[in-house]
Amino acid sequence: MYGDVIMGGFGGQGIQVISQLVVEAAIRKGLEVTYLPSYGVEKRGGRTTVTVVLSDHEIGSPITNHPLCVIAMDVLALDKYQAMVAPGGSLIANTSLIPDEKIERGDISAITIRCNEEALSLGTAKVANMIALGAFLERSPILGFDDIERVMGDVFPERLHAKIPLNLKALIRGMEIAAAVPV
Amino acid sequence: MDRRLTKGNIALAEGAIQAHCRYYFGYPITPQNDIPEYLSRNLPKVGGVFIPAESEIASINMVMGAAASGKRAMTSSSGPGISLMQEALSYMAGSDIPCVVVNIMRSGPGLGGIAPTQGDYSQAVHGGGHGDYHSIVLAPASVQEMFDLTIKAFELADTYRNPAMIIADAMIGQFQEPCRLTPREPVVVPDKPWALTGCKGRAPQLLKSLYLADGEQEAHNLVMKQKYDIIRDREVMYETRHLEDAELMIVAFGTPARIAKTAIENLRARGIRAGLLRPISLFPFPVHQVHDFSIRIKKILVVEMNTGQMLRDVQISAHRDSRIFFYGRPGGGVPYPDDIEAQVVAALEEA
Repeated sequence: MYGDVIMGGFGGQGIQVISQLVVEAAIRKGLEVTYLPSYGVEKRGGRTTVTVVLSDHEIGSPITNHPLCVIAMDVLALDKYQAMVAPGGSLIANTSLIPDEKIERGDISAITIRCNEEALSLGTAKVANMIALGAFLERSPILGFDDIERVMGDVFPERLHAKIPLNLKALIRGMEIAAAVPV
Repeated sequence: MDRRLTKGNIALAEGAIQAHCRYYFGYPITPQNDIPEYLSRNLPKVGGVFIPAESEIASINMVMGAAASGKRAMTSSSGPGISLMQEALSYMAGSDIPCVVVNIMRSGPGLGGIAPTQGDYSQAVHGGGHGDYHSIVLAPASVQEMFDLTIKAFELADTYRNPAMIIADAMIGQFQEPCRLTPREPVVVPDKPWALTGCKGRAPQLLKSLYLADGEQEAHNLVMKQKYDIIRDREVMYETRHLEDAELMIVAFGTPARIAKTAIENLRARGIRAGLLRPISLFPFPVHQVHDFSIRIKKILVVEMNTGQMLRDVQISAHRDSRIFFYGRPGGGVPYPDDIEAQVVAALEEA
């Protein structure tokens, strides 16, 4: 069992949160995990990139140039990582901030979601990241809804615990949208 | 065993606390700032002392003073800061004073950059400071090893009364993995009858590296040589992967070793039998292990994030008939598994 994902966007889009959820859920399942956030100079540019590798075996490389999944939350992330997606892999693109015509690969499964609008329809644009994470879960053979639900209380600070039901709703919405896209 | 998602630098800092290090002196520099940040908050909680020094030179000399009093003491820095510490490191080696110095490397020369690199191998392993000495040098390749090898470094430093260094690249320092943050075995701090603790009721003691009498320095150097030979004999640490049937042996430490493991799995899926020897201790270097494997495995690929520093140790260690190839990515370049796979395939194709 092996999975990897690169998540990219700008600071404030909640990429750190959804990657933390994925990593904690995997650890809770007894899996090996590497979590490589963007660091150093990149940190200061307002960009956020995270590479997560999950496996039931020891993990070698914490970096990959052909991830099985990319979550692009804005157009800069799409420009940088679309070409890397492994053939047959998944691209989850936030088309609230990415023009549809930018999705060029025919050999991968592209899930385009207007994450910001979908989130707004649930009451707040803040859960756009959860819409994207839902799409990831729908495609992931390793993690499911229950795994994320189980760790939310640990990853979210106490003051946000009241918002967990709303975040779970956004997860489900993302899963529904992805389920309608052919693999 | 409870494992928590932990950043490499934090695992190292917690390892120091668990190793009963109670004195930290340092000056900030990226990419190791998580270490002093963590210790500034957590050392005082266990009765320890954290001092943000005015410079790296001050830091290492404060370490010398604390360590001379028999306490476990450390500092951490990166490239340029470590360069500034070399004089004091030499003094500590010459005075048989144990300490732990951490170098989360940045690319150089000069102020360089902060991306992952291994450009300080030669400085750490083959000198750095002046004089005829060695530091014990350990190279973690995982967050768990950042914790475990920090404890090991304090043990080795005390056992041999010698500076011990940990060198890691920024990837190991800043990525996160699940980590067990309790020591594998109970930590024991040995008695230090040599320590300078005030001579009331006993004869005065002296820790020094100045030997001017006829033949005195040579005798001291020869005693140090005996110590290094014992270290070479007893303290080599390394890991191997798939060497049993390998037609090529990759030798790599730190991040390139991690990436090589993935490359090796991918190659084996294609029927290409590559294996890995990962030195964990860089001094002592696994000289005999490289030699013994190289008798059967004729081709060796050294992978480093520099232009070829450990390469020389592999060349010295390997059997004279070995074919040694090198793949280096200096200045912050990090190889992908694909890159290493291509190098292995090319090396195997050469006659």
